[in-house]
Amino acid sequence: MKMAYLRDVVSLQLDAEKCIGCGRCLEVCPHGVFVLELGRSRIADRDACMECGACARNCPADALRVKNGVGCAVGILNSALGRKAACCGAAQACCCDGGKEHIEDKEARKA
Amino acid sequence: MRQQQDTVPVRPETKARHWVVGYIEAPTGSVPRVATRWTWRERMGAAAVRWHVGRMRYTVEPGLYAVGQPDRDSPLMATANYKLSFDHLRRALHGLAAWIMVVDTRGINVWCAAGKGTFGTREVVRRLAAVEARRLVGHATLILPQLAAPGVAAHNVQQQSGFKVVYGPVRAADLPAFLRAGLHASGAMRKVTFTLRERLAVVPVELVQRVVPAVLVMLAFFLGAGVGPHGYRLAVAQWPGIAAAVGVNFLAGMALTPALLPWLPGRAFALKGAEIGAATGSVLWAVGRYGVAEGVGVALLSVAACSFLGLMFTGCTPYTSASGVRRELRWALPLQIAGAGAGLVVWSLARWR
Repeated sequence: MKMAYLRDVVSLQLDAEKCIGCGRCLEVCPHGVFVLELGRSRIADRDACMECGACARNCPADALRVKNGVGCAVGILNSALGRKAACCGAAQACCCDGGKEHIEDKEARKA
Repeated sequence: MRQQQDTVPVRPETKARHWVVGYIEAPTGSVPRVATRWTWRERMGAAAVRWHVGRMRYTVEPGLYAVGQPDRDSPLMATANYKLSFDHLRRALHGLAAWIMVVDTRGINVWCAAGKGTFGTREVVRRLAAVEARRLVGHATLILPQLAAPGVAAHNVQQQSGFKVVYGPVRAADLPAFLRAGLHASGAMRKVTFTLRERLAVVPVELVQRVVPAVLVMLAFFLGAGVGPHGYRLAVAQWPGIAAAVGVNFLAGMALTPALLPWLPGRAFALKGAEIGAATGSVLWAVGRYGVAEGVGVALLSVAACSFLGLMFTGCTPYTSASGVRRELRWALPLQIAGAGAGLVVWSLARWR
């Protein structure tokens, strides 16, 4: 059964001008959002996107943008309240951890 | 036994590793060889972490491991150091020869660690160097689990380590087919599913983590039930009914909603939960033989509670986007609070009949 979440809400953006047609986004997307057409990637099923960020991080041409985060109400509420989510331990780090930002992006931003 | 002691070098280990069945002499040194069959210990461990028992410290030491009798041409694949991830990987490789590079994700599974970046480019590059992967294999190809992709930039790994990254299938069980096909995953292998079995597998951890709040809610209603025209008196006679109503809502909102997820009308989780709440409230009203006011109160409270629990389940699914959940929270949370407030008022007023 196909899982479908809300319509017209995700932040995924593909800059077709930049796309080099390597197909990496098709390889990493867990929801089959992309298709390769005439040597370029195209968003075929936008509403299936869960904003995991795999495509944008792996795009060597920097053609993809997505406001990645985790679709978890507990995590979103906790970070709004300034608390750490409970699904991973204090010494650990996971996607629902407060702030939700990729540690390497965070460091790059601070540098 | 004697012979085995001779061939198995004694080495310092921080954890008992019954799944190490020997050691292989690789160009880079001695590498532990791992079993590819699960014993009762793996099964027990997997069942325990599903109930949140020992889940935060169910780990494997990061480093290099061997499956079968691998050589320079054998595939090199990475996984997280959450033992459940590692156990699934080695079981999937039964009968094959491969190198497993366990990266340090602090005991978190592949996908969640990738989301935070602990399963990231830097850790992969660092671990490739630490295990001397260049001396180990001749092919300079690293197979990463597909779900590591939110954390790892494949082109940067190649630039920094010389290793070409190929993303394997989502599920470890598809690895033999992926390897047979010359490192090619079919479309189905690339997609995340959320079957009934998968939905139910994530329920126990949630139940365990919400027991305390559920008990607190129950206690609040125990105390609240004592208010009436007579002043205050502990309404002990009502406690079993209240406990049952809270317990049923807790189970319905946290187990029934996930189980029936694809069949519940609508896309929003708050709506799906509310539908379960309406059903739960109706059943409670019928079984509890409440008066109209109390029935309406209980129904409103059930709808609000199950709707909220439905929304909370978004974090357990593999397909909800953060933007979508934020949109849902904006309209659903005020409604849930209003519904719960109205329910409480009606339920309390019913006590003044």
